[in-house]
Amino acid sequence: MTRAPAGLARYARAGQPGPPPGRPPAPPALPRLLPAAPSGQPASLAEHLTRYGPRAAVLTERSRVGLLREVQESGLTGRGGAAFPAFVKLSTVAAGRDPVVIANGTEGEPASAKDKVLLTSSPHLVLDGAVLAAELTGARQVIVVAHRDAVAAVSAAAAERGRPGRGRVQITVRAAAGGFVAGEARAVVNWLSRGRPVPTAAYPRLFERGLGGAPTLLHNVETLAHLALIGRYGAAWFRSAGTPAEPGSMLVTVRGAVRVPSVLEVGLGTPLQDILELAGGPSAPVQALLLGGYFGSWARAEEVIGQPFSAAGLAGAGAAPGAGLIAALPADACGLAETARVVRYLADSSAGQCGPCLFGLDAVAGQVEQLARGERDGLPLLRRWLGQVDRRGACAHPDGAVRLVRSALRVFASELDQHDQGWCRGTRPDPVLPVPSRRDR
Amino acid sequence: MSAAASLAGQQGLWFLSRASGLTLLIACTAVLVLGIAARTGAAPGRLPRFVPAELHRNLALFCVAFLVLHVVTALLDPFVTIGWAATVLPFLSGYRPLAIGLGALAVDLGGAVLLTSLLRGRLGYRRWRAVHWLAYLAWPVAFAHSLTAGGDLHIWWVALVEWGCGAAAATALLARAFHALAHRGSRGSRTRPGNRGLAGGYR
Amino acid sequence: MTAASGRSPHPGRPLIRVDPIACAGRGLCAELLPELITLDDWGFPMIADRGVPPHLAADARATVKACPLLALRLIPGPGPT
Repeated sequence: MTRAPAGLARYARAGQPGPPPGRPPAPPALPRLLPAAPSGQPASLAEHLTRYGPRAAVLTERSRVGLLREVQESGLTGRGGAAFPAFVKLSTVAAGRDPVVIANGTEGEPASAKDKVLLTSSPHLVLDGAVLAAELTGARQVIVVAHRDAVAAVSAAAAERGRPGRGRVQITVRAAAGGFVAGEARAVVNWLSRGRPVPTAAYPRLFERGLGGAPTLLHNVETLAHLALIGRYGAAWFRSAGTPAEPGSMLVTVRGAVRVPSVLEVGLGTPLQDILELAGGPSAPVQALLLGGYFGSWARAEEVIGQPFSAAGLAGAGAAPGAGLIAALPADACGLAETARVVRYLADSSAGQCGPCLFGLDAVAGQVEQLARGERDGLPLLRRWLGQVDRRGACAHPDGAVRLVRSALRVFASELDQHDQGWCRGTRPDPVLPVPSRRDR
Repeated sequence: MSAAASLAGQQGLWFLSRASGLTLLIACTAVLVLGIAARTGAAPGRLPRFVPAELHRNLALFCVAFLVLHVVTALLDPFVTIGWAATVLPFLSGYRPLAIGLGALAVDLGGAVLLTSLLRGRLGYRRWRAVHWLAYLAWPVAFAHSLTAGGDLHIWWVALVEWGCGAAAATALLARAFHALAHRGSRGSRTRPGNRGLAGGYR
Repeated sequence: MTAASGRSPHPGRPLIRVDPIACAGRGLCAELLPELITLDDWGFPMIADRGVPPHLAADARATVKACPLLALRLIPGPGPT
């Protein structure tokens, strides 16, 4: 049995205790996806069924239509970073012939751990959701692409479910490729079919023509876990958390200057301050937060700490929930230096297929490194290159890097002045944001 | 028509065939060199990049016209028996079967390259490029044909043209080979920053 | 396909799109259609968002055809709303 990744194995619940033992399971309050108490082990099939009850099954066409309507009313959106409405994806793929469902647990983002934690603590929930998605769309095959730290847990869970009978959905578990861009939807399909985890022009519209030419439904594993619960408890229950515009709960990875770095499940719209408190509170004064992922944005602590963690709440600060990363930057760290390391990693992670990304991100990273070192005259050139790189690739990778750098230039403007004058507030010896070493890329 | 004039007329077809063949050799060599220049970006200094590419294409089409002249005059010539089929099927000719056969082979290969190039938009880049590699085979075959079929190598300026074209083609092919070696480390057709090779980032 | 988002201010005019994966930065397109295509600092084409005006339509078709990697496409612009 696998353990959740060290350092992020602990998490907190943010709500009422679970149902009293002996009673039939009631729809859970928070946490919904993660176990109420961490055990370090994936929930077995028996534990899973005790907690959630039997899974929703699509037995008739009528129940299929009914369940699809529940998904639509629930307002579930993707939890992989793009927040695309789940119902739209489901119904579009359902209209195709012989579709395939892919559960994307690649989690190429090195700072995020939510998918790994979800897969290693509640794998059956993800499998339930994937199978439900297959039944809703008429697919007969589900492929779970899991981060290599979670493959064992998911494979064991799939094995526990036994072999499907004739006509039932077949589950295959595959290890994901490493690398930042490997989690992109087309990269996952390319990885499965050709062993190359890079976005490709061969799949312009996955929902029409994807893996093996079939209409492909690709969802983040967390989205499928939510789907599994909507199937059981309905749209109204799902909407009982979150905000009316952004319903439901979300997994977030809280790290950096907090006492208990953890993966938490919170309702959308929870104030950031409360989320940091759930992670033990700040371990040092926080100057800024990196929100969403390495493709997300920096925001100054004072402008965002009281805001609800939602697209609406963060929009004013130019940020978004993204893939749920909340990284707190302590006051004694240098935001420019951290950004420089991350951008260099992003540049090295380029699939290398598109000139503007391959050459442009490398140039941008070089300029940001210069700024971090205190050479400010490269700033106009950096801005020029940011404009030339943005949205010029086949995927959103360069866009994310540009977004990160632009937000850093705004949030750490005073750092630029300080570096110009020859000093830096960064006094800590260790970096805050994790960047895989070159060997592991 | 007097007997001398008719003899001159019949000789005329043979002269025309060999002359057009020699012109064709020069033109095809130029097509090869231009194609390699376009691919490797080795065009001199200020020359816009579309010039070698477009010249390559237009000259190739011009070669087709000259090829028709070359083949038809050879077939119509009463002194040699070649036969229509031998223009595309190798080694069917009565006259110098090996030499003519090489010509037929060159026509086949060049024809495939031409046809796929005309239909490039419909075939897609990958398929077009796969067939286009045959051009590297077509030229040596055509060159071998020109050495064996013409019978005029004893004329000094014919020999000059032949070996001049051979030298030009050999140089261009070497350059192409160097280019391929310099960029062999790059993934697909991309060079990584810091690995831009001879042509300064031009792939 | 390339970003160049935002609607063309002239609905109905065709748009030129580059496939960034196929493109190798050879630069022929910028030479043949400088009114609409410029090269970035690494030699890759940046295509203007606005559509192809009628007097450049033939040049645009020739440019698309001239790309040695077939990385350019001419697509019909968004129609009038």
